[in-house]
Amino acid sequence: MGAKDYIRAKFFPHMWCPGCGHGTVLNGLLTAIEKLDLSKNDIVVVSGIGCSSRISGYVDFHTLHTIHGRALAFATGVKMSRPKLNIIVPMGDGDALAIGGNHFIHAARRNIDITAIVMNNRIYGMTGGQFSPLSGYGIKASTAPYYNIDHGFDVVNLAVAAGATFVARSTTYHVQQLANILCKAIQHKGFSVVEVLSQCPTYFGRKNNSGSAVEMMESYKNNTTPKGSKAKDENPDLIERGVFVQKELPEYCEEYDKIIKIAKDRS
Amino acid sequence: MKEKIKFVQGNEACMEAAMYAGLDFFAGYPITPSTEIAEHLAYRLPQTGGKFLQMEDEISSMCAIIGASLTGHKVMTATSGPGFSLMQEALGYAVMAEIPAVIVNVQRGGPSTGNPTHVSQGDVNQARWGTHGDHAMITLTASSHQELFEITVDAFNLAETYRTPVILLMDEVIGHMREKLVIPEDGEIPLVKRLRTSVKEGVDYHPYFPREDGRLPMSDFGGVHRYNVTGLYHDMWGFPSDNPRLVHDLIRHLVDKIQNDRHVIARSNQYYLEDARTILISYGSAARSALHVVEKSRSEGGRVGLLELKTLWPFPSGLVQEKCAKARTIIVVEMNMGQMLSEVKKAVDNPESVFLANRIDGVLITPVDITRIMRLIQGRGV
Repeated sequence: MGAKDYIRAKFFPHMWCPGCGHGTVLNGLLTAIEKLDLSKNDIVVVSGIGCSSRISGYVDFHTLHTIHGRALAFATGVKMSRPKLNIIVPMGDGDALAIGGNHFIHAARRNIDITAIVMNNRIYGMTGGQFSPLSGYGIKASTAPYYNIDHGFDVVNLAVAAGATFVARSTTYHVQQLANILCKAIQHKGFSVVEVLSQCPTYFGRKNNSGSAVEMMESYKNNTTPKGSKAKDENPDLIERGVFVQKELPEYCEEYDKIIKIAKDRS
Repeated sequence: MKEKIKFVQGNEACMEAAMYAGLDFFAGYPITPSTEIAEHLAYRLPQTGGKFLQMEDEISSMCAIIGASLTGHKVMTATSGPGFSLMQEALGYAVMAEIPAVIVNVQRGGPSTGNPTHVSQGDVNQARWGTHGDHAMITLTASSHQELFEITVDAFNLAETYRTPVILLMDEVIGHMREKLVIPEDGEIPLVKRLRTSVKEGVDYHPYFPREDGRLPMSDFGGVHRYNVTGLYHDMWGFPSDNPRLVHDLIRHLVDKIQNDRHVIARSNQYYLEDARTILISYGSAARSALHVVEKSRSEGGRVGLLELKTLWPFPSGLVQEKCAKARTIIVVEMNMGQMLSEVKKAVDNPESVFLANRIDGVLITPVDITRIMRLIQGRGV
């Protein structure tokens, strides 16, 4: 099978702008799923609202395109009610961490077996370029016409602090690393968070003079470094890529199964 | 069967009924005066292999039950005013995506945090119009624990029949009051099972293509049919579309499937209506006081009747019009500022004869209150 066997061809062309990084994330995801040889009937993709969230419509799995920020809450219901399914939740940065921030930390805290992908383009694309909680200080956006005074979250640190048991970061430039990380994230038993830096040349790029899509991807190459590399010591501004946390802790659905056993034994 | 007779709070009666109806997934968040429903279900659901989730808020509770309904489960959440407000967006999603669910709102005084441990019926219009956009909504209520049991099972049945969320509007008095409840035998109240598609694996399944009778057979998430579910206007595969014809047809379908069946969905109790010159119209705990007034008046030779509504939405306008046709005076008894009053006025032939008897101070309206207001309306002084 190739990537085309996992997409709903009749719903293409997709709605992403030329140069958008989200198609690369989709490709990485499908590569990972192919490598894992998962059955299409066993995968549920749950998404919220935004450019990133349209990913669910294009893939030939069970797909649930929900409301803004709440994808992880819907996904929690799907997973808890049918724990054998593989649940993948692609989200945008605003979707996951502004309106959906509360659900993000609580899903991580529960360690429910869901793979959350934060497609971080540091902007609200669908509504036309407003700043997000991942834009960062000094960035320009349509709602920060002078400059942004909000500080950004570090998704990796936030996910680790909230209790996610698999936390990783990659970019749309590092496509092989991205697919490998997504493979590990899906295989991981517990709540996995994968942040993917994904370029938005249309809004973020234009407002911040980041150049073309290719130049933005090159910046991912130049401004990131593998986790734990020497380069980071020499240049602390570099963003680390790789797997930050990977640990085994009791998974939420399995813990609830223990409750069911106790309740049944007592009744 | 000793254990089939209980002396319980209304919240517990609602919980027992949900279990009877086959509830196997609940997600909720603590809030007075509904919390006992969650507490009892946390204990009971795992005994039958069901799942109980305490979520981070009411928004996620509503979202989680929608997700679980899609995998083929009977789902419910329970809350009160502030939580019900938070659920409204996801409630609209369940309307649009046509997902069965039962939402219990044990009403307290509002707006805002309001009067948490006191009675009110102030959320009647919110149940109807709380979520944005045109839509239809089924909303049920009851005034005694036995009827609450039946109407809760009914709520699950209607949710499956119409593929829609159903709101069960209780109030604080019903929720917290204790009275006798007889749990029916299995099979005594029929249960509506989910209508699942007979389309075989590999054959194109249309999740949003209604049958001739208007019903849409479902396919469980995780089953053999992979399809898209969205809150956007969508085609028969569930894929987003803004085609004007399609948008028009879908909104008509969502509204008509419920509004056109209002006579089927209408549930009521009718007391002494045949020769009644004065008809009280009431619901929930207020109807208990109204019934007391009616029975006392009858014992004294008064021609007073009670129409107790158990279906609030879709408003049973045909029923109200028919039953009130010969009445000289119609008095709506409710604990809000006239939310059902305006519906009754719209429904009857003589809206100038419709009056309100209400309390809005967090105290249950009493038979004395109603009698005094009735005497004033009838020109008999207090």
